[in-house]
Amino acid sequence: MKEVKCDCGHVNPIGTILCESCGKVLEEKEKDNKLLDMRYEGSARRSQTYNKTIIDKIWNFFSSVKVGVWLIVITLIASAVGTILPQEMYIPPIMPAAEYYEDQYGWIGKLYYDLGFHNLYSSWWYLILIASIGISLVICSLDRVVPLYRALNKQKVSRHESYLQRQRVFGASQPEDTDKAFTMAKEKLKSKKYSIREENGNILAEKGRFSRWGPYVNHVGLIIFLIGGMLRFVPGMYVDKILWIREGETKVIPETNGEYYLKNDSFILEMYDKEKDNEVFGEAIDKAGMVAKNYQSNVTLYKKQGDTVAGEEADLKKVKDYEVKVNKPLKFENFALYQVDYKLNELNKMSFALTNKKTGEEYGDLTVDLNRPQDEYDLGNGYKAEVVSYFPDFEFDENGEPVTKSRIPNNPAFVFKMFTPDKPDGEISFVAIRQTIEPFGDNEYKLAFKGIDTKNVSALTVRKDLTLWIIALGGVIFMIGVAQGSYWNHRRIWLRRVNGEVWVAGHTNKNWHGLKSEIEAALDGTGILMPEDQLQNQSEKKS
Amino acid sequence: MKKQRLVMRTVILLVLGAAVAYTLYANFTKDKIQKVAVGEKAPDFVLTDMDGNKHKLSDYEGQGVFLNFWGTWCKPCEKEMPYMNNQYEQFKDEGVHVLAVNVGETDLAVNKFSERYDLAFPIVIDKDGQVQSAYGINPLPATFLIDKDGKVVKYITGEMTEETIKSYMEQIKP
Repeated sequence: MKEVKCDCGHVNPIGTILCESCGKVLEEKEKDNKLLDMRYEGSARRSQTYNKTIIDKIWNFFSSVKVGVWLIVITLIASAVGTILPQEMYIPPIMPAAEYYEDQYGWIGKLYYDLGFHNLYSSWWYLILIASIGISLVICSLDRVVPLYRALNKQKVSRHESYLQRQRVFGASQPEDTDKAFTMAKEKLKSKKYSIREENGNILAEKGRFSRWGPYVNHVGLIIFLIGGMLRFVPGMYVDKILWIREGETKVIPETNGEYYLKNDSFILEMYDKEKDNEVFGEAIDKAGMVAKNYQSNVTLYKKQGDTVAGEEADLKKVKDYEVKVNKPLKFENFALYQVDYKLNELNKMSFALTNKKTGEEYGDLTVDLNRPQDEYDLGNGYKAEVVSYFPDFEFDENGEPVTKSRIPNNPAFVFKMFTPDKPDGEISFVAIRQTIEPFGDNEYKLAFKGIDTKNVSALTVRKDLTLWIIALGGVIFMIGVAQGSYWNHRRIWLRRVNGEVWVAGHTNKNWHGLKSEIEAALDGTGILMPEDQLQNQSEKKS
Repeated sequence: MKKQRLVMRTVILLVLGAAVAYTLYANFTKDKIQKVAVGEKAPDFVLTDMDGNKHKLSDYEGQGVFLNFWGTWCKPCEKEMPYMNNQYEQFKDEGVHVLAVNVGETDLAVNKFSERYDLAFPIVIDKDGQVQSAYGINPLPATFLIDKDGKVVKYITGEMTEETIKSYMEQIKP
């Protein structure tokens, strides 16, 4: 197949339906239709003849709007299914995900897990779906915007008779003085902000062509948006970590290359108080009980001075003190630290008194720092307690041995050896919260529990997002495209002299009523008759 | 014309394909992303052992370093400790060092653990997690094999048998 040469002399690309220049119908099938399909100006948007190589096949697949719509539908359905059961990251870490889903939701849960819906939004097939939508967007747009631009750019003023006749708004009439009628109509169209082109005494009045680019501007915005999303995977562009930090603790802030340190001075949880706060809250407090008013971490940000090797004590310089509250993050460089979670009253210290079980006499107190216990506590006068074992997060394992589950003092337990003047060899005692075991028979002494000291732990989200402005830019361009395509219409009015008659045809991409009323106003008093809406007439005839 | 179109389409598809491939690759490596890559130099650190001696990784250049991260509550760590101890005895005169980095427990817990298993190799405690952060440690145990040039030869997570420990030590023998 070769390029199509129209009678008017213009050479069109293969697959063209309407001649880009004069609008003559080139496609045989189209000739039988009473009205033209004006989508994309009848341009050759996809050449089936270029379907020989694998590249063309892939290209044509993605160029199909049908394929694009299906991709979107499938993605929508998949996204919806992903919300039926909680995603893996939100399930409690009580058991492996594989067991959790079946345990909680039965066979549906198992199926859900097996099909990979538990981690849908970062699964390979979901990402491929999103990526395919992106590719479809690029190729669909390219395949349409280029021919459309060509067709609108190459259009002649004098369109072919067959083209005018098959426009939705078309009419022919014989005014008394054609020249005068044309001049009048031209002036009126000009005052309506139409740009007028003339050729051999024929007129093409056109306005709002840029509205045709709206969808493509919109797609450019979407693609920029997707690129922004993609950049989140580039190391260093996006950070989303959690930092748990105890009161009094100084920790390196993750992902800052060890540059920044944070100290938690205190964590504060405030509740609404019926007495003190505004009385409008009274009813709500009665209904809900405790209502949190404020979650706040008072922190100090430090910056490391000079070069140190990991593990070395860093020389820290204070940057600032800050009160991190919900929606009031601590910002530095590109990072922001948000208040996200907390744990109240984590055990910090435990105190005991070495006591004679019979007499109840006490021989001194000892306080164990649960994050830094000593080997032994000397109480003087020959009384001391030696720590034989320490289990910060104690439980009995399958063999009945005491073990620790973690390094966090959630449930501390100790094996103490108590030395007293009358028991110089020591007595062994296993001390946990609310339980004391004396493995070698009855002791004479015990470590009586005296009290605890607790600390609060605060969790902060460490967030850095360098992609945000790209995503925002994409969003803005997206909206510009929407506005461009929605609030402006592309309107064209043709006036052509044919054998002493004046043929009038009009086309718009939307709002036909607006177009018709503008034509009516332009032709008013010129003697040219108002053209008819052929589509409306057709449907009226049918009914 | 035909050729030009084919070239255009190929180029556009390649660019799009590359972007998609990169995104997929980045997504699937993001969880596994190893801060310390095999073949690269292991990040230097200084930590103090239970006897108060400082251990700086770069001071061990010229010797192999068997760098193990562990915690007393971690069962597989506990299991492999005696194996490591045995192999340490075999290899210490052949220029292989064992450094066991505890992930920030109390001195007491670490000392008691070390006494219980009679561990001979130096144990250091990474109190504020700087070294773990530099090495991107998540699940325990984690072991890095570092050769005489200070380069990471292998990264192992999970329990090791005495046999594998032996073969690893062979591997980093200078």
